[in-house]
Amino acid sequence: MNLRHILMTGSFLVAASATASLAADCGITEGRLSIIGNEFPAIQTVARNAQDCAGLSEAKANLTADHQKINLAGMQGNPAEYTTAIVANSSIVALVNEDVIRPLDDLVAAFGQDIPKNQLITINGQVMAVAFMANAQHLVYRKDILEQIGMEPPKTYEDMLAAAEKIRAEGILEYPLGGAYMAGWNLAQEFVNMYIGHGGEFYEPGTAQVSIKNPAGVATLEMLKSLSAYMNPDYLTHDSNATSAEWEAGNVALMNMWGSRTGVLMDAEGSTPEVYENTTVGGPMTVAGGNSPASTLWWDGWTIAKNVSDADAEATFKAMKHGISPAILNDETMGQAVWMIEGYQPAPVNEGVFSAISMQTTPYPMLPHHGLLHTALGDNIADFLQGKESAEQALSDIEDAYMTAAREKGFVN
Amino acid sequence: MKHSAFFWFVLPSAVAMLLFIFFPIVSVVVQSLHAAHEQVIIEVENCGPFGCTKATAIDQEATAALREEQPLGRFAGLEIYKDRNHLATAQIGPLWEQSTSIGDFIGKLMNLPFYKALGFTLTFTFVVTPLTIIFGFIIAVAVNSAARVIRGPLIFFSLLPMMVTPLIGSLILFWMVDARGILGTALRWLADDPSLSVKADTGLMWAMLMVYGVWHSAPFAFIVYYAGLQTVNTDTLEAARIDGASRWQQIRHVVIPHLLPLTTFIALMQLMDNFRVFEPIVSFNASAHATSLSWTIYNDLGGETQQLSSAAATSVLTIIGVAILLSPVLIRTYRDYGKAA
Repeated sequence: MNLRHILMTGSFLVAASATASLAADCGITEGRLSIIGNEFPAIQTVARNAQDCAGLSEAKANLTADHQKINLAGMQGNPAEYTTAIVANSSIVALVNEDVIRPLDDLVAAFGQDIPKNQLITINGQVMAVAFMANAQHLVYRKDILEQIGMEPPKTYEDMLAAAEKIRAEGILEYPLGGAYMAGWNLAQEFVNMYIGHGGEFYEPGTAQVSIKNPAGVATLEMLKSLSAYMNPDYLTHDSNATSAEWEAGNVALMNMWGSRTGVLMDAEGSTPEVYENTTVGGPMTVAGGNSPASTLWWDGWTIAKNVSDADAEATFKAMKHGISPAILNDETMGQAVWMIEGYQPAPVNEGVFSAISMQTTPYPMLPHHGLLHTALGDNIADFLQGKESAEQALSDIEDAYMTAAREKGFVN
Repeated sequence: MKHSAFFWFVLPSAVAMLLFIFFPIVSVVVQSLHAAHEQVIIEVENCGPFGCTKATAIDQEATAALREEQPLGRFAGLEIYKDRNHLATAQIGPLWEQSTSIGDFIGKLMNLPFYKALGFTLTFTFVVTPLTIIFGFIIAVAVNSAARVIRGPLIFFSLLPMMVTPLIGSLILFWMVDARGILGTALRWLADDPSLSVKADTGLMWAMLMVYGVWHSAPFAFIVYYAGLQTVNTDTLEAARIDGASRWQQIRHVVIPHLLPLTTFIALMQLMDNFRVFEPIVSFNASAHATSLSWTIYNDLGGETQQLSSAAATSVLTIIGVAILLSPVLIRTYRDYGKAA
């Protein structure tokens, strides 16, 4: 028994280190696996390991930044093209709304007793997803530049502005701040962060009626605009990838960035030692004297499509469970994310997300109508940042656009 | 041609058009007249790694029953067309009353998503279409008068912009006009303004999108005109030369009248294509500065929550827009055809 156990562990380790070359035994005899998900290192690791399982009749993965645009359509057919979607707490809502993912209680009971309970995402008492990592946006800074100007890493956005001003005044960098401010989803996300930091409530209590046209909303927009003044003038076209590239090029000293992307910034690839050796992560920042960080807490996890056969669902469940098993952790994958996997040892690169958790950052809201507000935010903030309209006008545009969409989707009358 | 022969001849394409063009359009029109069911919302408790929170969710069983009853959703009539995110009929009146001048009114109108998109779409269409025709013609005349040996390679290079996939073509240009790209740096140097950035300025972004539009579609006009140039009557040209016509006069009085029917054809195609401008806005990440009708449809479908009815309504409005744009050209062609017959 003991010997078998050791051998099993050994074979898992070999499978993980030899990447795709050796098929892993996941107890699968038949069924297919087809993954749709976002594209960043941690998800690539999970998908690769799930695909390594032996016995799958088909094992493929479509990992793309545009996953949200295609996962729903790819799961509505019968049988669904994708047997599993890797989602986060925002994107699972769209799939739950359209009823395309299945409750996992029976599969967990049969094959997943060893999955820790806190990894199970339950909605109304039913397990709908299995989380494998935590994520949050937090401060990333250049140690050397902050030392040069003699300032501590900022704890608040006000401190960040002060540091940016000093860096610019001393002529070190013209545009010291970075951020994923691309019009659309990214910019809307920055608003959500900052609005939560200002203690704002998105809706009238207990309803889907939006209410962001208030002092907190104005202060949020003003802060985003103040920050953008220290960013590369092209900031409205920069998503997380472009912002990371700016960072690696050494053009940025401070930014609010996703924990899942900091590993890439701190490794030796794509940058000079001056940049990557001095790249350091801090916690999420607060704003306007608030206690709760101006950031949101995220989990990433996998779901299983409703419109697939029981055999496919079972095979996908087993493969994805293998994809997030302790066996996938090695030197290379350890720092890719804040894994919720047993045996995970935090690296310095993950400290930002950990402090986001310990500072009790608000999780991104899981409300069925919030996606519509996110879209309305993404479409209407840029006008204000470019000085084309007032903050009040931008906020009423957002409210009007959201209410129109929410009426069409039947969330409000 | 006999009627029966004609019938069998067009049948396959007529069936294909019915299946792949007509029926989808009917389905889009039907979709645009329906909105989603009123959502049955229940209070739920969501639990995860960060603890449990009270939230709301859609009651799937109740929704399934509603869907069973009315699979298309609730009938909304023209409600979606009239709402703020489309024609905004209720918003325009007050805007007009609040406005101090026509300019002010237009400015306020451009704040409404549909009119903002329409504004750029029309500007793009009416700037790019004539420029495409002019550049296409100039390139065709130039290539046609080049020495025979180099004509092949010249044609190949002139066609390249059209052969490159639009998304990739615009991405290449996007990187070149980046503040650190070759064109971006050159512009900064030319304008003597170190903070100049094409991607940060709405006016420059519009100009860039239109430059891309011309760059991408001029080869189409070129190749059509080039083909047309091969059919210019050499006797007429020779006669014109003997009469002492200059090169410009030959082009003005012989070549251009000969190519006029082709111009109608190119204008027709380009009006249609340019009205559907889409790829460059995505590739240039330009949505903060310019949106088009097609982009609006894409945005409705690509958000976290799909807005099918809204996208359908915009699609129908786009089709109506194309029909209006093409009507003068179509009527003209119809009259010419009538005359010829």
